[in-house]
Order: sequence, then structure tokens, then C-alpha cells
Amino acid sequence: MAQGIKDKVAILGMGCSKFGERWDASPEDLMLEAYNEAMADAGITPGQLDAAWFSTHMDDVGTGRGGTPMSIALRLPNIGVTRVENFCAGGSEAIRAAVYAVAAGACDIAIALGVEKLKDTGYGGLPLSTVGTYIPQWYPNAVAPANFAQLATAYRARHGVDAALLKRAIAHVSVKSHANGAKNPKAHFQKAVSEETVLKAPIIAEPLGLFDCAGVSDGAAAVIVTRPDIAHSLGKRDLVTFKALQVAVSNGWELQSSEWDGSYVHTTRIAAKRAYDEAGITKPREQVSMTEVHDCFSITELVTMEDLFLSEVGHGVQDVLNGDFDAEGRIPCQIDGGLKCFGHPIGASGIRMLYELYLQLQGRAGARQLAKPTIGLTHNLGGQPSQNVCSVSIVGLEGA
Amino acid sequence: MIGITAYGGYVPRLRLSRQAVAQANAWYAPQFGKAKGARAMANWDEDSITMAVAAARDCLGAAPDRRRVRSLYLASDTLPFAERLNSGVVAGALTLDEDIDAIDLGGSQRAALSAVAQAVARVQSGGGDALVIAADNRKTRAGSSQELEYGDASSALLIGTDHVLAEYLGGGTLSVDFVDHFRASGEEVDYHWEERWVRDEGISKLAPRAIEAALKQASVPAAKIDHFIFPCAFAKMDAQLAKACGIRPEAVVDMLTEQVGDSGLPHGLLVLAHLLERARPGQYILLAQFGSGAQALVFRVTDAIDSFKPARGVSGWIARGSEEHSYTKFLSFKGQLAFERGMRGEQDKKTALSTAWRHRSALMGLVAGKCEVTGSVHFPPSRMSYDQGKPLQDTQRPYKLADRPAKVLSWSAETLSYHPAPPHHYGQIDFEGGGRILMDFTDLDVGEVSAGTAMEMVFRIKDTDERRGFTRYFWKATPARAAAANAPE
Repeated sequence: MAQGIKDKVAILGMGCSKFGERWDASPEDLMLEAYNEAMADAGITPGQLDAAWFSTHMDDVGTGRGGTPMSIALRLPNIGVTRVENFCAGGSEAIRAAVYAVAAGACDIAIALGVEKLKDTGYGGLPLSTVGTYIPQWYPNAVAPANFAQLATAYRARHGVDAALLKRAIAHVSVKSHANGAKNPKAHFQKAVSEETVLKAPIIAEPLGLFDCAGVSDGAAAVIVTRPDIAHSLGKRDLVTFKALQVAVSNGWELQSSEWDGSYVHTTRIAAKRAYDEAGITKPREQVSMTEVHDCFSITELVTMEDLFLSEVGHGVQDVLNGDFDAEGRIPCQIDGGLKCFGHPIGASGIRMLYELYLQLQGRAGARQLAKPTIGLTHNLGGQPSQNVCSVSIVGLEGA
Repeated sequence: MIGITAYGGYVPRLRLSRQAVAQANAWYAPQFGKAKGARAMANWDEDSITMAVAAARDCLGAAPDRRRVRSLYLASDTLPFAERLNSGVVAGALTLDEDIDAIDLGGSQRAALSAVAQAVARVQSGGGDALVIAADNRKTRAGSSQELEYGDASSALLIGTDHVLAEYLGGGTLSVDFVDHFRASGEEVDYHWEERWVRDEGISKLAPRAIEAALKQASVPAAKIDHFIFPCAFAKMDAQLAKACGIRPEAVVDMLTEQVGDSGLPHGLLVLAHLLERARPGQYILLAQFGSGAQALVFRVTDAIDSFKPARGVSGWIARGSEEHSYTKFLSFKGQLAFERGMRGEQDKKTALSTAWRHRSALMGLVAGKCEVTGSVHFPPSRMSYDQGKPLQDTQRPYKLADRPAKVLSWSAETLSYHPAPPHHYGQIDFEGGGRILMDFTDLDVGEVSAGTAMEMVFRIKDTDERRGFTRYFWKATPARAAAANAPE
């Protein structure tokens, strides 16, 4: 077992743009919004940055490729900028690269920034993307809602859950996130919704309705990381440090063998176990104060509670309906509104999740501040349930 | 003895109600108000190639070894490609050997009979079993009589010498440029001359010459014919022709007009395949078709007739129809009504031909890779197996999935993306004995599938590249319920 990353790297500053349909802003403007806040929060000048990692997914409708879009937008001082792309988990990957660079001693201070400009396509939903020359010749012209909706059909079959009951449980997931998002001034959607509204919404991909789907948003988020000793020397207190950064990636087993039953996300379970090990967490249900998970669709969040071992397998429906993951529940989830309401600018989402944990752990989350969280977990999933990249990261107060 | 050693057919699931068409067009074409029955209607993802594959599979059955087929004749007047061997696509989907002779034929309504004659000659010269497939997916003008009369279908016969079900006794042909209708290259719809002239001057005078020649070569008197098949959209033309040729009136075979419609070039073989399901040993069959002349073939049913059953059979396909009442759906599927697609419908569907060739076995034949060490099945096949923690290399051998039972693991039906027949159904399919594919579903209604539903594979259009005029094909899953309801005993 590797030494791990626990407490070797701290957050020096973070920033996050307003998410939403940002008709007013180009990707460059969004990047600058997040960068300005992060740099002010860190209290450093551009000359102190040693390297940058840049996450964006849909380059063809956003920034274009490579590291240059970030360097040019922010007029960085010719430092290395590395483009990172790993589906919806790209933001977490950019963080991991920056953190590892600092932990390795190759950099003192590094920045990870993610941005996505999705609303310049002319249509709703995620932009169409290309998948090489072979896959389109046999694979369905798949869309994210139908890929994730299949979790619901397989979950129902695996656990013998009645369709109406599961529909109500996933509606609760969205009602909760809307209630949380209503308290977040940077969120894409800041309006509470009723269970009835969610249940009656038009179907997008059976059984998922409109309110079961996350927002398709523009936005950017940035994190500046450094060693704890440097952070202290810069006058920082109440440091938030990294406890675990784990990524697990599918190798085709789920999609090709007949062994996976489709009712859970295989990589999430693997990444979660590794992350708890790395962070020294033995009782996640007691030790994790809060989570920001990849609720691209309501069913994903419900299943993720089981895959992160925060619910017993098969008990997700009951726990969700009990309010276990509501703002007042035992482990609040998506206190910022999550992908559902804060929004989902793909390349930025992993960093946005971290942003909320950072604010909450430092007691700076305003109207939605939780009571004394000490350990937070982000779960950032790219791809689809049957084939994906899953990142599970754990951060906490220094010494926690 | 040379003759038919296997037979099959295919009729698409959708059956367009003729009343629905008549009512939709009543303001314009009130003369069709009394139209009865339904006509077969190809789904949006079917064309003459996919229907040819379906008929051939009905004929050949699920046997994995198709090496006995040494040649393939594909007859159609609506082949999707003018250049690219259409029968080559069919051969790939059927996983026939690469060293067979595959030939496209067309140009007249009797081209399927020409193909049978060619196949017989090949078998006679020791060329091995010949597979004859006929298919048509014709377009018509809205408000025309052809729109109501035509139907989409396909048929297939295997010609050989072992276990002959119907012996070929002889044939007659007449090739003349009698133009009852025509369609220029690049045009979509036939142009027809007056029916009375075609009846009196064409069919009545030309068809008997081919029929008489066939009967003479077969040494069978007309009065001994038990079944006379003569596809024609004109009312009672077959009965008139029978009378003129001395064939008993009761020998005239029903043309499936009410259930299928006139499928055109494949119709003679389709009706023959339907007839063979109930034909008795010793019966004589005369099959004739008209077009740029006429052609006739004579068969005698053998004692082996009951030893064969097609996978589903024409009667099975007819029984599994789903009546369709949407005339606009018909027009849309025929490419004659351009619905708004939204921007999601703008995605480029260019096909990388080099990629397609490299993966032809998987794409055309649905051939997976089975690890000869662990038995695990991989689609698409790969050099490395997925076996967790112990991936083996270069252990996979070709393993066909197309005819294996399968069921749904997970599914969804989405309305977000552009799809010609929304909602777009797809999901994960698990094959009995191993193998899993996330694939499109077709020929189903909302609510028809759930986890565990039994499915079967069909070869269909995957995407159409309208910019460049290329069609790519792949396999889709469809509920197997109809198979269970009509499975041969």
C-alpha cells in the first residue's frame, strides 16, 4: 500500500463562478471569475503559481483543446498548463494532478481550474459528443439520461423495488437538492420544488423525469493547493487538507461480462474503499460529516449512497425517504444543491464539489452552513454506470 | 434431384391499415374509401438488405454452420446501393463463407424467378447449394393505388440436392421490352401505363407463353397443376390467366393481399414459401411472374416436405403483425415526410470504412470472442479478455451471438435525442451462455420490455449518412414474444 496523500497538501484558496445559463459569459470570463476569487482567497500573486492543471470536457463547444485556453484567458506567466479530460470526473483529476505535484515537491503552489461552456450549442441537454470511429458503428446513439435511467430499471429488478416507490424516493432526492440550492446564491437553480412537481414532470428517459436530471450549466471553479507548512507561513489557519484522492476506472467488465447486475456502480465501491483506507476512515457512516456526490441524475445519488457504504445495499430507498441525506439528516448530501441545482459545468464540477466542502469545513457557507463538519467526501463520476471513471476524494480539517 | 431444400420469408411487423390511409387522403383521393385490410410496412430501420437477411435467417434457421451455402443470389428492385455489393452485406450478416459467389439481380418483377433459374443451373453444374433471396421495399406516391396495394416483404429459398422438399421440374422464360411500368435510375417511384392495356396486351398474351414453355419442359399438363402462383395487383388477373392456360380455378393461390399486399419482386417466392408450409407430397406447383416478359417455374412437392420447418415461416410472420394507423409514420419511414428533427438530428453519421472493414465480423455477423480458457464471451471481441485480475491475451475465438437467446438486463426509453421512431429504446442485453451488449431495441412499443424480457437479434439499419448516401448496419434487440407465440413445433 502506498503512503497515501493524507495531510500532505492543503487548500490555499478556492473560487467558483456563478453557475447557470451564462449567456453573458464566455469560457474565458467564467475562468477569470473563478480564478479571481481563488487568487484573492489564497492571497498570492500569479508569479507564485508553479504549475496549472486545466479541466474541460467538451472542448469543441467550449474552449478548444490543449492548455493554451487557460493560459491565455488568465495571462499566466508561461507556467506549465496541462489539459486534463476524464469525462465528468475531469475536475477531480485536475485537483489530483495539482495535489500530487505539490506532494511530490515538484511544485510549491499549483492551481487546478475547471470550466465548461455548454450553453453555446443552441439546444437543451448535454452537447452531442463523438466517440471515435468504431463505437458509433454498433453502440446506441446513447444519451446520459437513458444511460443512468438503466440504473433504475436494474435496481428495481435486483432489489424487487416497486416502480412507484423508487420514483418517489428519487423524487425526494431532487426535492432535497432544490431546497438546498435555494440557499445558494451561486446555484443555477435556486427554487424549491414540491414532490408533486417532480413526480408530474415530463419523462426524459423512462423512468427519469425532467427534475430527475441535473442542470446543464456554464461555470468554472478553481482551487490553489500547497503544502501545509507553506500555507501556515502565508498566515493561513483552519487548514483544509486532502485525506484521500482515489480514482477507479472501468476496464470493460461491467459492460461486457454478464457478471455485473447493473444495479450499482462497480468503480464507486472500489474507489470508496480505497479512499477510506487512504484517509484512515473505518466507519464512514460515523466519520464522514457531509458528501458532495455526482447526482447527475437522482437515481445516481440514491445508488451512490449505497456504493459509498453510507447506506446498506438495498436500503437506499428507505434511507433517502427517511431524510438521512437531507440538510438536517445524518450525513447531509448536496448541501449546495449538487449537480442538480448548483449545476453541472462538466469540467468544473469536481472542483465545485470541493469548493462546497472547503467553505463548510471553514464555516464560510452562509445560510446553508452545517454544524461543525470535520470530514467531507466528494464523489465525481464520469461516463455511465456501465463504463466510467469514478473519483472519490476526502478532505477534512487539518488533524481531523 | 434438384430443388428447394429450405424456404423462408419475412413480413415486417408493422401493418398499415388501408382504411387509415384512405381516411387520411379522403379529401384528395376519395376513390379509395372502401380499401380493406392492411399492407406490410417496413420499419424506419429496414430496407431490402435487412429484410433479405431476415428472410434468409428464416430459411437457414439457427444452425451456426452455414458452409453448405456456396452462392447467394439477391434479387431486388430496391437495393440500397447502386455500387457496393448488396448481397455482400447480406452474406456478411449471415456469416456465410467469404469464398462464396454473391450476386445482385434486379430490373424486373420476375428477377427472383430468374435468380432461382440461375441457382438451379449452378447446382446442376456442381456449384453447391445456392441461396436465393428476394426483397423489396418500394416507394409510392401519396394518394396512389400502389400506396395501398404494395407491401414490403422478402423471401428466401435454398436450392440444392440434399433433402429436396420441392423438386424443380422445368421453367420457361420470355424476355421482351413490354413496359407496363418503369423507374429510371435515381428515381424513387414507378410510372405505370394503363391497367387495361397491361392486362389485355401484356399479361394475357405474354405470360401464357412462358407458362406453356415451363409446363412443356416439366412434362406436366396444365390441368395437373395443384397450386398456381401469379402475383399481380390487378383483381382476378391470376384466375383469368389460369383459365387461359387450362389450369384448374381452385389451383389459384391466395396472394396475401389482405395481410401483406403485393410485395413486388419477392412476392412469388413469398407466396411459395407460405404455400410450402402446407403443401402435400406429389403436388405440382406452377410459379409465374410478369415483368419485361414473363417467367414460370414448375415444382413437384416431395415426400420430404414435412421434414423441414422455417424458423418462423411466412404464416408466423403474418400472425405477429401489429396494425399501424399512423399514415404520417408510414410517409416518414418511407422518407416522404420530413419531420422536424431538432439540432440533435444534425449529428454527422459519417462511417469510417477502414474501421468497418477491420471489425466486419463483429459489425456484420455479430460475432463475439469467446475465451477458450475461461469460456467468457466478449463483445466486441478483443485481444485481451476482461476476466477480473487475470486478463488473458489472444485466447478469444469467434463466437456467433445472432441466434442465441437473450434477455434484458437494464433498459430505458428516452425522448431527448433525435430518433426516427421515438422514444429511443436501448439497454443492456445478456446472452444465454455469456456475452453482453448495450444495444438499440427495435420493433417494440413503450411498456413492452422490462428487466428479464426475452429478446432476439435482428439485423437493421444503424444509421444513415444522408450527406454521403451511406447506410451502416448493425444488430438490434427485439422482444422475442412473437417467436414464442408462433414458434414452430
